[in-house]
Amino acid sequence: MIWLTWRQFRGSAAAVAALLVVLTAVLALSGPGLASRYSAGITACVQDDTCGQFFDRFFGQYDTPFMAVSLIVLLLPALAGIFWGAPLITREMEADTHLLVWNQSITRSRWLAVKLGLTGLTAMAAAGLCGLVVTWWSAPLDRSAPEDLALMAPLVFGARGIAPMGYAAFAFVLGVTVGMTVRRTLPAMALTLAVFATIQLAMPLLIRPHLIPPVTGAFELSEANVDGFSINRDGDKAGPMEIHLRSAVPGHAGAWVLSSRMIDPSGRTIAENGLPGAVKEVSTTSGPCAPTGGPPGLDTCLVEINRLGYRQQATYQPLDRFWPFQWIETGIYALLTLGLTGFAFRWIRRRLS
Amino acid sequence: MTSVLQAQGLGKRYGRRWALRECTIDIPAGHVVGLVGPNGAGKTTLLKLASGQLEPTAGDITVLGGRPGGTPAQLARVGFVAQDTPVYARLTVAEHLRLGARLNPRWDDGVARERIAQLGLDPTQRAGRLSGGQRAQLALTLGLAKRPELLILDEPVASLDPLARREFLQGLMEAVVEHEFSVVLSSHLVSDLERICDYLIVLVDSRVLVAGDVDRLLATHYRLTGPRRDPDRLPTDQHIVSARHTDRQSTYVIRTDAPIHDPAWTVSRLNLEDLVLAHMDKRPAGSRPAPLEVQR
Repeated sequence: MIWLTWRQFRGSAAAVAALLVVLTAVLALSGPGLASRYSAGITACVQDDTCGQFFDRFFGQYDTPFMAVSLIVLLLPALAGIFWGAPLITREMEADTHLLVWNQSITRSRWLAVKLGLTGLTAMAAAGLCGLVVTWWSAPLDRSAPEDLALMAPLVFGARGIAPMGYAAFAFVLGVTVGMTVRRTLPAMALTLAVFATIQLAMPLLIRPHLIPPVTGAFELSEANVDGFSINRDGDKAGPMEIHLRSAVPGHAGAWVLSSRMIDPSGRTIAENGLPGAVKEVSTTSGPCAPTGGPPGLDTCLVEINRLGYRQQATYQPLDRFWPFQWIETGIYALLTLGLTGFAFRWIRRRLS
Repeated sequence: MTSVLQAQGLGKRYGRRWALRECTIDIPAGHVVGLVGPNGAGKTTLLKLASGQLEPTAGDITVLGGRPGGTPAQLARVGFVAQDTPVYARLTVAEHLRLGARLNPRWDDGVARERIAQLGLDPTQRAGRLSGGQRAQLALTLGLAKRPELLILDEPVASLDPLARREFLQGLMEAVVEHEFSVVLSSHLVSDLERICDYLIVLVDSRVLVAGDVDRLLATHYRLTGPRRDPDRLPTDQHIVSARHTDRQSTYVIRTDAPIHDPAWTVSRLNLEDLVLAHMDKRPAGSRPAPLEVQR
């Protein structure tokens, strides 16, 4: 059975292996250079306190390969589900060859076990290897990425660490199960993609934020969490000063900020997540926040606003939860995979002919 | 004598439609059994139930004394060649033999290689490139080399031309003589089965109409032709299979164990095809007319 599975699978397995070898080779060759440029840059920027600019410059140089490799890791599990999972049974049923192979001296359960095992483990190995290599390669970039592309950001988290392995296992078994119930290759492929994409969106939006209860805290305003000010002019009269918050919290670089609000001295929310907060008590015509000649000085103005008692109230998942989250999420996908596998074995015994 | 296939009130339902119902048969071992009936009569369903591809909705079925398809041992005892003889288009002939060798503990590699050589098939040829007849022969080879005690074939020759049909059935018969196993094969054409079957099951509208030894069936069926006569005036031991009447004449096909002495009748024997058609002709009152004339 192993021979037959391998014989039917070797073509696409070889193609994927070749792609992985090329990818790994490219990343292995360019990785050390990337890391040394990063450490040289850090050494230089620490001396004159310009690391912010260095990060922007360094990341800007490599953002295309960064996005490309992340995308590959994100897509690989979906591809395993669509091209390996869905056709596993539908292809046999469309050619009627299931009637040939299920009438050899081997039970369907055994047939399915070998098929699932060999193909599924290959998919997991490919996604796992790809995920880890990319995690290693992009470590300097992950440290210098802007907050919406940081390690904990929804898009990047799923393309790092061991989670891709869990995604691949799940997507593959999902494909097999959908194929078994739909029985036609193309609809099964489409449905697999739709269901998998939905789950992959639901996970970071609905479930991942609550895997561990998020941290909530109030923070003074500083360069770390303020994007900038604006003063809306209403005719000649200057309106109140508005503060734009960033999705970041001071002292927790790389945290995944779930919400970031402005609160006034009484603790009332004055600006919801992502909206600018108007600070009415600060004069925009005189004092530290007045644009006298040039733009207002950020630091002195923030000192004044902090003194008045304005704060950022943020809910976030700190960066040091990256690996716990990876393990928990991989575990969740492993459980889903096991559940679907159990269903597939029951279905193949009872329902298919 | 032991049974190869025993069914008790066997039924299979798809949704609300019964594909097979109230099927009770007992096929003794050592026969080549023909399963005849029009398309959609439930032949494939019965054969799939026997090979364990399907689970019955009602009743019981045992094949060679075991539950079909449950265990590797049971699977090894029953060979199955599916309708249209599917093979893996991308695997070569030799790889199919390797598949058989890997998946069957009783695989007879000598038989397989000999047959492939006899048929003149190129082992390196992909199965997708074979002609319909060659593909059927390859599927049959897989079924034979498995060395089953019962080989089930579902419409194996339906899509073959007359020559390939004859070669296929000839190959099957040679193997039966050599290895002494039981065969159940289905067809919607009696003429395919006439030459090779010694046991016949007629399945119409998901029900078994006739099941029995071919010689015995032929010996107990008669066609009676004579002056018009009502059915209730026939002797009680003559079971009417079909009846046709014109204004002055009646033609009956009857089944009886007793000799026929009535001098008013012209008595003639039936061949297998006529016998099957006569049984199909007898429609239960009120049922929709089955398109049986098309089969003639």
